Amino acid sequence: MAGWKRPLRVRARLEDSKPLSGLIDRRRLLAGAGAAWVAAGLGARIAQADDATVAGTKSARPVQLRCWFMGHEAEFVAPLLPEFERRNPGITVAIQQVPWTAAHEKLLTAFAADGLPDLCNLGNTWIPEFAALNALEPLDAYIAASQVVAPLDYFPGIWDTNRMDGAVLGIPWYVDTRLLFYRRDLLAQAGFDHPPSTWNEWARMLAAVKTNAGPGRYATLLPLNEFPPLLALALQQAEPLLRDGGRRGNFSNDGFRRTLSFYVEMFRRGWAPMLTYSQIPNPWAEFGRGFFTFYISGPWNIEEFQHRLPAELSHAWTTAPLPGPDGPGASSAGGTSLVIFRFARHKDAVWRLIEYLSEPATQIRFHQLTGDLPPRRSAWRDPQLSANEYAKAFREQLERVKPTPKVPEWENIVNQMQEMAAQVVAGRFSVDAGTQELDRRVDATLEKRRWMLDRRHTV
Amino acid sequence: MNARLAAWGFVIPAVAIIAVFFLLPVMGALALSFTDFDLYALADLRNLRFVGLHNYERLLETALFWQALGNTLYFVAVGVPLSIGMSLGAALLLNSSVTRATAFFRTALFAPVVTTLVAVAVIWRYLFHTRYGLVNYALGMAHVAPVDWLGNPHWAMPTIILFAVWKNFGYNMVIFMAGLQAIPRELYEAARIDGASGWRQFLHVTVPMLGPTLSLVAILTMAGYFQLFAEPYVMTEGGPLQSTLSVLYFMFNEGFKWWNLGAASAVAFLLFAPIFLVTAVLLRLARSREVA
Repeated sequence: MAGWKRPLRVRARLEDSKPLSGLIDRRRLLAGAGAAWVAAGLGARIAQADDATVAGTKSARPVQLRCWFMGHEAEFVAPLLPEFERRNPGITVAIQQVPWTAAHEKLLTAFAADGLPDLCNLGNTWIPEFAALNALEPLDAYIAASQVVAPLDYFPGIWDTNRMDGAVLGIPWYVDTRLLFYRRDLLAQAGFDHPPSTWNEWARMLAAVKTNAGPGRYATLLPLNEFPPLLALALQQAEPLLRDGGRRGNFSNDGFRRTLSFYVEMFRRGWAPMLTYSQIPNPWAEFGRGFFTFYISGPWNIEEFQHRLPAELSHAWTTAPLPGPDGPGASSAGGTSLVIFRFARHKDAVWRLIEYLSEPATQIRFHQLTGDLPPRRSAWRDPQLSANEYAKAFREQLERVKPTPKVPEWENIVNQMQEMAAQVVAGRFSVDAGTQELDRRVDATLEKRRWMLDRRHTV
Repeated sequence: MNARLAAWGFVIPAVAIIAVFFLLPVMGALALSFTDFDLYALADLRNLRFVGLHNYERLLETALFWQALGNTLYFVAVGVPLSIGMSLGAALLLNSSVTRATAFFRTALFAPVVTTLVAVAVIWRYLFHTRYGLVNYALGMAHVAPVDWLGNPHWAMPTIILFAVWKNFGYNMVIFMAGLQAIPRELYEAARIDGASGWRQFLHVTVPMLGPTLSLVAILTMAGYFQLFAEPYVMTEGGPLQSTLSVLYFMFNEGFKWWNLGAASAVAFLLFAPIFLVTAVLLRLARSREVA
C-alpha cells in the first residue's frame, strides 16, 4: 500500500487512521468478501446507466468537483482552492481527506460500488492497478491542447510512471525518490569530506565509519521490513526486475544478485544492524545520537530532520544522491499523480483543476505549505528550492529516477522481494537459492496476469 | 397448530437475520473460495475463473501458510493455558478472604481489557525495546544479557503471547470470579471438617464446581486466540522473518492488501477447520464430564 511512499509517516499515523478493535471478526471479513462479489456485478451495471444520463442532460448549473486527496496534502490543498474558484466561476471543489493506510481499500471499494470521485492524487505505483481496472481517463488529448502541462518540463522518469501502453493516465503532482541522508560530521571523523558516488567508495566509507563508531553503533540503517532502499539499489542495475513483458520474475539474474549481495554484505560486515522499524520507533533521534551515519530515505525527512534534530546538529547532516554500482546511480520514481476517473462527470472542469495545480507558481506555494517536491524543472528554478541545500541532491537525483515494473501485482512482488532479502540476511537462504525461490514465487503471483495476456492475444 | 405458528413467528426474525447476515455471506465466501476472484475480476467478471479446489491446493503448498498456521498453533497452545491459568489465579486471589482492597485490585487487573490496544502496544514496544526497554533494564540488574524481544524471531512470539495474555486475562478473571462466588460456602466447610488441605479443596471442590465455567472460558478463549491478528499487526507487522504472522494476518494480506479474495476466502475456511475441531473436542470433553 502506501507504506512504500512514506513508511515513517504512515507508521506515525497508523494509530489514528485505522480503527482496530481487538481480534478481527472472521465472519465480518467473510461478509465483506461476499459483498465485494455482489458489488462488482452491480457496479458495472449502475455505471452504464449513470453514463447514459450524464450524456443525455447537459446543464449550465454550477459544477461541483468531488476530489479525494490522500495523506496530509489534503489539509494543504484547501488554501490553494479559493484562487482556483475565483478564476473559474461556476466551479466549486469539495475535498475529502483519505488517510494513506485506508486509501487503497477505499478506492477499490469505491470502484466496485461506482463511487469513485472525479479526481484524486493516486500513488504513481498504483496507476497500473487502476489502469487494469480501466478506471482512469487517458489524458493525451487534454495535454496536447494544454498551455500549462508541458511533458518535457517534467522529470522523465517521473513522467514515465504515468504512461501505460502509450497512453498518459496521470499528471505528476509531487515526487518522491530515495537517496542518502548522512551525518557529515561522523563521515569526516572517519576521514572523508565528500559523499560516496560508487558502491565501492561507499563500502570503504561504511567500513571506516563502523570502525570509528565502535560496537553498538553502525554505519547505516536499513530496516529489514522496508523495501524502498533495496528497491532503489535494485533499479540501478541494467536488467529489469520482471521479464517477458511483466509475465515472470527476473530476480535471479546477475544484476539483482549483485544488488542483493551488496545489501547482505552490509549486514554481514556489521555495517548495518539487523533491525526492523518496530525496533527503531524513532529513527530521527537515533540519527541525532549517531546510532547510524547513512540513511536511505525520502524528501519528507528533510523537514522531519530539521524539526527533530537538536540545534547543534543542524549543520552536521545533509543529503546526497544515491551512489551506484559504477558512478552516480538511479533511484525509484515515486510520488503521486493527479488522475481523472473514467466516470467523472465534468472532465473538462477537472482538467482545469489539474492544470491549476500543475502551474509552477501553484507548485511553489504547495511546496511552501507541505515541503513536497514538485515534478517540474521550471518550478525547481524558484529560489525557494534552488537555494535549499538539502533539496539540491534531490534535484540531481530526480534526473536519474526509474519507474518500477508496471504491473498491478508489483506491490505484492516488491514485498516478497523484501521478505526474501530479510531471509537471506538471516542466513536462511543463500543469495543464489533465495533469488531463484523468489522468481518461483513471483511467477506464481503473475500466473493470472500471464493467463490474461495470453487470452487477450488469442481473442 | 396455533402454537406452532406462533413459535415460528417468534423464531423467524432471528432466523432471517442469521440467514442474511451470516449464512448468506458464508455461502458467498465459500463460493468465492472456489474462484480466483481478484483485482482483474473486479474490473471485468469475464476475468473470473472457477478453479475448484485449486486455491486450497495452492495454500497447502505454500510454505508461508504453514508457517502462519504453525505460529497460530504455537500462540494458541501456549497462550490459552497461560491466559486461563492467569485468570483463574487472579480470580482465586481476589476471591480469597485474606485479600484486602479487593475492589482496587479487581479494577486494576481488569483495566488492560478496556484500554486501547494500539495505545498499549506503543508502550509495550518501549518496555520491550532492546536498548531502552524497562524489561531489559531489569534483566540487566540481574546480570542477564539483553534480549532482542521483538527483533529476534525466537523471542517475538513469546513477547506477543505475553502481551495478549496481559491484555485479555482480566476478562476471563471476571467470569471466574462470578463462578467462584456461586460455589456454596458449605462445600468448603464440609471439606475442611473432613480435613482437606487448601490444595485438596481446590482440586475437589473448586475445579469440579467451576467445570461449566471452565469449559465455556476455554472454548471462547481458544476460538478468540485462533483469530490472532491485532497484536502482531500493531506490534511487529508479522515480523521478524514472519515469525508472528498468524493465519488471520496471512488472510488479511491476501484479501485486503493484495485483493486476492478467492484465495483469502479459502484461508478463512482452512482456519475454520482447526477451530471447529478443537471446539468440538472441548465440548465433548465438557459433556462427558457432566455425564460422569
